Amino acid sequence: MTDTPTTEETPAEEAVATESDPVREALVERLAAQFKDAILDTHIAKGDLWVRVANGSWHDVVSFCKVTLNMRWFDFLSGIDWLNNPNLSAEKVWDADVTGGDLALTTPGYAGAETRFQVMCRLKNVETNVGITLKADLDADNPTVASVVDVFAGAEWHERETWEMYGFVFEGHPGLRHLYLPGAFEGHPLRKDFPLLAREIKPWPGLVDKEPMPGEDAEPEEEAAAE
Amino acid sequence: MSLLALSYTWTTVIKVGVVAAMTLVGPLIFVYVFLFKMMSHMQSRLGPMEAGPHGTLQPVVEAIKFLQKEDIFPERADRLVFAAAPFVVLASTFLLYAVVPAGPRLVVENLNTGVFFAMAVSSISVIGILMAGWASANKYSLIGGLRSAGQLIAYELPMILAVVGVVIQAGSLSLQDIVHSQADGSMFGFSGIGNPFIITQFIGFIIFLIAAQAELTQTPFDMPVAESELVAGYMTEYTGIRFLIFFISEFGTAFAFAALASTLFLGGWYIPGVHGTAADVLGPIALMAKIMVLGFLIFWIRFTYPRFREDQLQRIAWKVLIPISLANIVITSILKVAL
Amino acid sequence: MTVTETASEWQKASYIAGQAADARVNVELETEGMTLNIGPQHPATHGTLRIVVRLDGEQVLWADPVPGYMHRGYEKLCEVRKYLQINTLVNRIDWLGSFANEVPYILATEQLMGIEAPTRAQYIRTVLFELSRIANITLFLGDMGVQLGAITPVFYAFRDREHVLNLIEGATGSRFHPNYNRIGGLKDDLPKGWIADVHAVMDRVRNFCDEMEELLLGNEIFSTRCRGIGVIPAAVALDYGMSGANLRASGVDWDLRRDDTSSPLAWKHADWKVWTHPDGDSFARYWVRLQETREASKIIDQLLDGLPSGPIMAKVPRIIKVPEGEAYVQTENPLGVMGYYVVSRGDLGPFRVKIRSASFNNVSICPWILRGVYVPDIITILASLYFILGDIDR
Repeated sequence: MTDTPTTEETPAEEAVATESDPVREALVERLAAQFKDAILDTHIAKGDLWVRVANGSWHDVVSFCKVTLNMRWFDFLSGIDWLNNPNLSAEKVWDADVTGGDLALTTPGYAGAETRFQVMCRLKNVETNVGITLKADLDADNPTVASVVDVFAGAEWHERETWEMYGFVFEGHPGLRHLYLPGAFEGHPLRKDFPLLAREIKPWPGLVDKEPMPGEDAEPEEEAAAE
Repeated sequence: MSLLALSYTWTTVIKVGVVAAMTLVGPLIFVYVFLFKMMSHMQSRLGPMEAGPHGTLQPVVEAIKFLQKEDIFPERADRLVFAAAPFVVLASTFLLYAVVPAGPRLVVENLNTGVFFAMAVSSISVIGILMAGWASANKYSLIGGLRSAGQLIAYELPMILAVVGVVIQAGSLSLQDIVHSQADGSMFGFSGIGNPFIITQFIGFIIFLIAAQAELTQTPFDMPVAESELVAGYMTEYTGIRFLIFFISEFGTAFAFAALASTLFLGGWYIPGVHGTAADVLGPIALMAKIMVLGFLIFWIRFTYPRFREDQLQRIAWKVLIPISLANIVITSILKVAL
Repeated sequence: MTVTETASEWQKASYIAGQAADARVNVELETEGMTLNIGPQHPATHGTLRIVVRLDGEQVLWADPVPGYMHRGYEKLCEVRKYLQINTLVNRIDWLGSFANEVPYILATEQLMGIEAPTRAQYIRTVLFELSRIANITLFLGDMGVQLGAITPVFYAFRDREHVLNLIEGATGSRFHPNYNRIGGLKDDLPKGWIADVHAVMDRVRNFCDEMEELLLGNEIFSTRCRGIGVIPAAVALDYGMSGANLRASGVDWDLRRDDTSSPLAWKHADWKVWTHPDGDSFARYWVRLQETREASKIIDQLLDGLPSGPIMAKVPRIIKVPEGEAYVQTENPLGVMGYYVVSRGDLGPFRVKIRSASFNNVSICPWILRGVYVPDIITILASLYFILGDIDR
């Protein structure tokens, strides 16, 4: 059934979550009433709404949002890979021994995640300026989800890009082919186990030439070395 | 020319020399004054200032630059046609200068059918442009060539019909006679400035200028050379001397059409009150002044207006200009007979 | 704020004509046609965009844009950078109005950290945002002329735009890519005498808008080339996620500056108007952008008159570690709606940044809108949609 808007997220949310958001709570109730078990998790915070739905109902939920909830403006559709790759981080860490098989999933974000891959879609109602972020879990070995091109024609390019970058297969898409990358490109670059060539060639040197924050003095040198 | 009793060979050589010189000098003046300086000043910048004082030698420098470029043929181009196309267009420009009079005795060839000859010869350039567009083996050039063929043929008619009004009023096809009829004519009995046909043939003048703008493929009728779409239209694959020849033909034809328009409508070399030998000396200067005024008009419109789409262009030619010019001819003939 | 349901006459007639053309080309698909590559190097496309079109004479049978010649992999790059380093990257997405790219990203980060920049900083951010809008759109106003063949207005555009760029340089130190925002505020305060300069330049900008209105909008040839060309009905525009002036020119009255009431930026402190146009054709898009430029100059004047004093930087820890969470912030950028979806896992850098760029959606409509039009109209439509390659390709 419906999850109540949670306050048991990270502690930083507590101050914000005490304000109720009747508009978005009403939306969650309508979605829950229509889709019951397919709504796996929701999260309302900072004046925004996240809803995670079951993979099988992805198309129907998107369609419902457009037609019934009047969210006719298509913002974007993309993916997210919850694998935690320390080689792909802003820290000065380079461990050539860490390979793809050693990686674990990181803690999932708002509205949870049960698998490595998630597709996310953002829609908006331009008359009330209320938006929604829809997420769905995809299988790690065979990430597939229904295409929403017949609901939003603009999703065609977004789904092509998501397929190209993550490898998600959108069933019902008129033709999944490369958008940005050349035709013969192999691999899916935005996946966390796809290497960033620059890091492979040369380890990240860390932050050099640090500039002091406005109104503060120059950093002591040990800050750079401490990382 | 009967100024000096020279043999036929010498007169021919001098005539050819004069025409060749005009074909080079005319565009040179137009390019410098209008393309380099007038356009730049209108766009709040200075234009070329380096070569010569205020950039006066810039056109010469540009010509030299083109001459020293590599002669490139696209791999799949039809070599003979590709090489011949610029010369066909140049020939049409060249021949136009042969009939325009610069003084009562300063005309290379005073043909009885001067106007007819001029109009006929100016349409040879269409063939040259088609040859260039096709032989370039480039889809953009092909589109440009085909567009220009349609456009140039469409705008031939209004131009010729506009001129017919002048011919009816002057009673002769010879350009020298047309100038004389303007010089010796009178308006409502006042013969101080003669009878410049621009006043009676005002509609014809406007139509002629519009059609000339289209014949020169200048904006607003520059679809064949639409820079932002076709890069350079039929001229895309040309470099070096061949491009220079196209360039000279474009401005040379502009000069020649301005000269034609001045002759037909503004009185050509005629200055009120100047006759005889003085007219031989001052006539070219007067003609030059009138050419510059008309050139200013042509290029001013070129630099300001956006361009028409091909079908809008054709619609204007066939549905607007031709009916108006036909009406102009009818009215002119009626008034010629009645008055 | 309602979506216009009643389409104007132009919309209806041209939409029907588009459908009829579609029917016609479906029948004629047997003919060969000529495949033409517009781009990637071409004077008409604002950068390296390639559009493969199949022509039947001068009419387009189908068009397929091929972006990606400038794809720099921003989203992958963002995953290996600290939050402030991404600020430099992000400047280069829409490089004409580059200050505007930083703002939604910084706002997203501030939202995740729970920090609010002081009021003076928000005012100055808004002023520079609008200045970057003017810098961006004045180029469009001249450039549309060039695409159509009028080569002179673009020089006036560059001439007057220079002054705006000088202003941005005066405040931030760089004409393009200012990199001026910091998490929690701005890098420096405004220089002395800057505000007076701005007022003078805004007068110039308004003069320029009047000039363009006379020179281009009032030109009959411009009207003939643009009216009824590239009509996008409001429903289709919403489907494709078009935004900014493209959407407002189709009659949809939606502007994030006015409608996003939770935004901390200072638009609500100025009195200004949202411009819409019912036609949805290329002329409407040009017209809306021209009015918006004037409106932007008025916003700047008002905000600078009411500029509060105070600090320009909030109290921010020395090492910026953003707490776990996800945030999505959109702003009404010069090209449309730009949004950053920032996912943080508590590190020095983000876990994932999804950049929602306006031109990506604006150009995705090309296959739909370019069917059945003439080749010159392709240029008109592309020019009026106004995209920047960095924005499409990221």
